[in-house]
Amino acid sequence: MLSIKNLSARAGDHDILKELSLEVGPGEVHAIMGPNGSGKSTLAGVLAGRPDLEVTGGSVSYRGHDLLAMEPEERAREGVFLAFQYPVEIPGVNNVYLLKAALNALRKHRGESELDAFEFLALVKDKMKLMQMDDSFLNRGVNEGFSGGEKKRNEVLQMAVLEPTLAVLDETDSGLDIDALKVVANGVNSLRSAERSMVVVTHYQRLLDYIVPDFVHVLSGGRIVRTGGRELALELEERGYDWLRDGADAA
Amino acid sequence: MASGQQDVEQLVARKYQHGFVTDIESDTVPPGLDESVIRLISRKKGEPEFLLNWRLRAFEHWLTMAEPDWAHVRIAPIDYQSISYYSAPKKNTDGPKSLDEVDPKLLETYDKLGIPLHERARLAGVAVDAVFDSVSVATTFKKRLKDAGVIFCPFSEAVQEHPELLEQYLGTVVPTGDNFFAALNSAVFTDGSFVYVPKGVRCPMELSTYFRINAANTGQFERTLIIADEGSHVSYLEGCTAPMRDENQLHAAVVELIALDDAEIKYSTVQNWYPGDENGVGGIYNFVTKRGDCRGRNSKISWTQVETGSAITWKYPSCILRGDNSVGEFYSVALTNNYQQADTGTKMIHLGRNTRSTIVSKGISAGHGQNAYRGLVKILPTAEGARNHTQCDSLLMGSDCGAHTFPYMEIRNPSAVVEHEATTSKISEDQLFYCRQRGISEEDAVNMIVNGFCKEVFRELPMEFAVEAQNLLSVSLEGAVG
Repeated sequence: MLSIKNLSARAGDHDILKELSLEVGPGEVHAIMGPNGSGKSTLAGVLAGRPDLEVTGGSVSYRGHDLLAMEPEERAREGVFLAFQYPVEIPGVNNVYLLKAALNALRKHRGESELDAFEFLALVKDKMKLMQMDDSFLNRGVNEGFSGGEKKRNEVLQMAVLEPTLAVLDETDSGLDIDALKVVANGVNSLRSAERSMVVVTHYQRLLDYIVPDFVHVLSGGRIVRTGGRELALELEERGYDWLRDGADAA
Repeated sequence: MASGQQDVEQLVARKYQHGFVTDIESDTVPPGLDESVIRLISRKKGEPEFLLNWRLRAFEHWLTMAEPDWAHVRIAPIDYQSISYYSAPKKNTDGPKSLDEVDPKLLETYDKLGIPLHERARLAGVAVDAVFDSVSVATTFKKRLKDAGVIFCPFSEAVQEHPELLEQYLGTVVPTGDNFFAALNSAVFTDGSFVYVPKGVRCPMELSTYFRINAANTGQFERTLIIADEGSHVSYLEGCTAPMRDENQLHAAVVELIALDDAEIKYSTVQNWYPGDENGVGGIYNFVTKRGDCRGRNSKISWTQVETGSAITWKYPSCILRGDNSVGEFYSVALTNNYQQADTGTKMIHLGRNTRSTIVSKGISAGHGQNAYRGLVKILPTAEGARNHTQCDSLLMGSDCGAHTFPYMEIRNPSAVVEHEATTSKISEDQLFYCRQRGISEEDAVNMIVNGFCKEVFRELPMEFAVEAQNLLSVSLEGAVG
């Protein structure tokens, strides 16, 4: 599904990712954990093609494509979805309008017919029930005046509608209270399937109580310093990150 | 990822779509302006004495005036003696009695512009008056309007058919000596549209005038007068285009609106004059005086404008809120790209009690465009309980453009409540990336974001124009995102 080899990337003058390698198979859920500044969000951004990040080395192959050669919108149309850590507000642009445009761009790319307003509304209302969102969400501006929790729910709603093949969730748990966290995790879990892979970036292991990963990786100093199963996250919670810092004890 | 800029450049390469010239023989007077030209125009139009004298007074006044220089625009000097003040498509008869007599080349021109003049065409429900250079070539749906009692005709026809209405109302909102360009217009205006909606009548359809400058080295000086009598209601749209030429052409129109007791006038403009090329060569100088007089109690005048064309736009559609409880509104989207300049806004003059005004201005600057909002809210001592809300937002695209705001407020009644909000923002990389990450192309994302920015104004436009305005914006935008 996703094969990252020796990936290096920088933001401005700062080298952030340093020859990072990671393999994600179909249907797998990988958690990426690590201290602040270790490069978690940069990894998510590079996969989605954020224009202000510069790839300086390595390769990323996604379903046989050279992911790094693709424009952000091409990646999206090929099924790469990023749930943003800080979803941006777009005043005046209807939330549901953006989502419909997005879904139809994907469908067009796949050679499917575009959904009309009625078909789309039926689909999105169904998904909104899952995310416990009320109808008022539909007609508000994109993330305009949303609370932190509403923004994150909206991200997962978009993911549920767009049904990506590879979902990258960038600290989707940050700023959520426990009830909202459960709703978001429930939404994510309902999307788990044998064809869909997920990379879940998080600072806290709390999220992993609800979204149980197949693998846990610890990112530090721009590379993966340890890989384990679910139990690694629990160990991190107990011992912190210091004992792994800068790959001193790389696995 | 580096190709973002290239996409933008490709977008920039999109061209003005209405830049063709119609090859039609025209009757054009030689360039130059003196009293004899004014007498000639008046004679060609067969005008009554009072109108000729009115023109001559305006001309005399104009000679004493200097071109204003306070706007935030750079203008090459205009040689008023090198402009031809009258140009009309040649015709054999005295004027078309019906569309069948209109020169097919003209009908073709308007078809190309998407304004079919044949009444059976798809624009059903909108009556159109088409002004080509200095004269009106066709007015549609006359019969149906006449049945409702509505007068909608070329200005020159109103001069013949309804001189008493003209004598009563012409120049009562914008006096001949109001300003330099209004005085010039009053002296040399050639045609335009005239609307009278009688008492208690709700005009059964949208009225629309389509202005087209075709001939070279001419100016267009049209005059529009709309009178909504007591309790009546009318919605009027105007659209404008011109061929691409290297010289600047002057368009100095005057629009006067008069709303009597309980009457309402909604005036919408989609202005797409030729803006000049990407280096700022050519384009229309759009220096227009538009003013509405809420003369009666509970009257309402609403201006909505989408200004995407012209090399220089200089206009302030204003409302004089004279009647008690009268309402003035101004909704504006002004877009400047390449080297376009716009200095536009409104004046809300509150005289009556409990008068209310709303101003929503959206300025979009791209390329080297310069966009200024200039507005005056004036509350006079008689305007007990007056209210104004002004919202003024600027959107910048790229780093070579400018947005400027010049709000003036003169409050002379302590009971007034005046609010002013202003924002300036850029289309952020984050917004674009967010949309692209959802599979939406950069071009579509820019259009979506800009349309979102303009939403409050677009929803004021009649349905037929809202779609046109959105399309126009996306063509004119050339998403210069830096």
